[in-house]
Amino acid sequence: MTGALAAAAADGDLLVAQNVFFVAIAAVMVFSAFRCVTTRNVVHAALWLVLVLAGAAAQFILLGSEFVAVTQVLVYVGAIVVLFLFGIMLTRASMGDDETASGEKRVMAAVVAVLLGLVTGGALIESFSDTRLVINEPQPTSLVSDAIFSQYIIAFEAVSVLLLAALIGAIVVARKD
Amino acid sequence: MLLNQFLLLGAVLFCIGVYGVLARRNGVLVLMSVEIILNSVNINLVAFGALNDDVGGAVFALFVIAVAAAEVGIGLAIVLLMYRNRRSIDLSEADMLKG
Repeated sequence: MTGALAAAAADGDLLVAQNVFFVAIAAVMVFSAFRCVTTRNVVHAALWLVLVLAGAAAQFILLGSEFVAVTQVLVYVGAIVVLFLFGIMLTRASMGDDETASGEKRVMAAVVAVLLGLVTGGALIESFSDTRLVINEPQPTSLVSDAIFSQYIIAFEAVSVLLLAALIGAIVVARKD
Repeated sequence: MLLNQFLLLGAVLFCIGVYGVLARRNGVLVLMSVEIILNSVNINLVAFGALNDDVGGAVFALFVIAVAAAEVGIGLAIVLLMYRNRRSIDLSEADMLKG
């Protein structure tokens, strides 16, 4: 990775501002994700999750996908996090600390995560270490909507039915009889 | 920018999410870890879409966001039901189907 970065810098086409923003946002995202899965306080975990989701929206902007970024903010930060906070409040027995998992379980989970990271990271570095990403201009939202309503219309309809089914299912599961 | 910086960020977030799913016992916190995993996948989709200059990546990222919303709705309903029946959302106690 560093070798590829140095090569790109030598070519003189390294976009400094974009990379600085990428590194800053990525650092915030990784730290927040780490705190989200390790903090003992459930409400704090939801707030760390907000930082991860907002950071992902910023990365989508860096990648030129404005519409995905705006949808990310609307759906995730606006709706899903509120849903999580309601879930935390309604299951108030665990409002405070998460009962700590046993040490052995944590160690095994950490081993699995590190091994997975090594395998995927190694594969990615092996395959894409000098693939450049050139983003000249943001992706027009009209292209996205055209694709959704022509090429991917069947998938769109399937997602619509899925959302309806999930809505009805959630009401049926959660209501009091 | 390099493609790999986005892919590696996605991989790191994915691993953190996997750790959360495996290590957490609170049902709501497991769902949050699943959200981190889905987000890392979205970053990969959008990065590959930008690489190939294709809208398919963005379109499927939108589909993933919609499916994640559905998943959270159902998941939280199940966690609520579990809390109502057992007064606990500790997933390690949910072992009634164990033989």
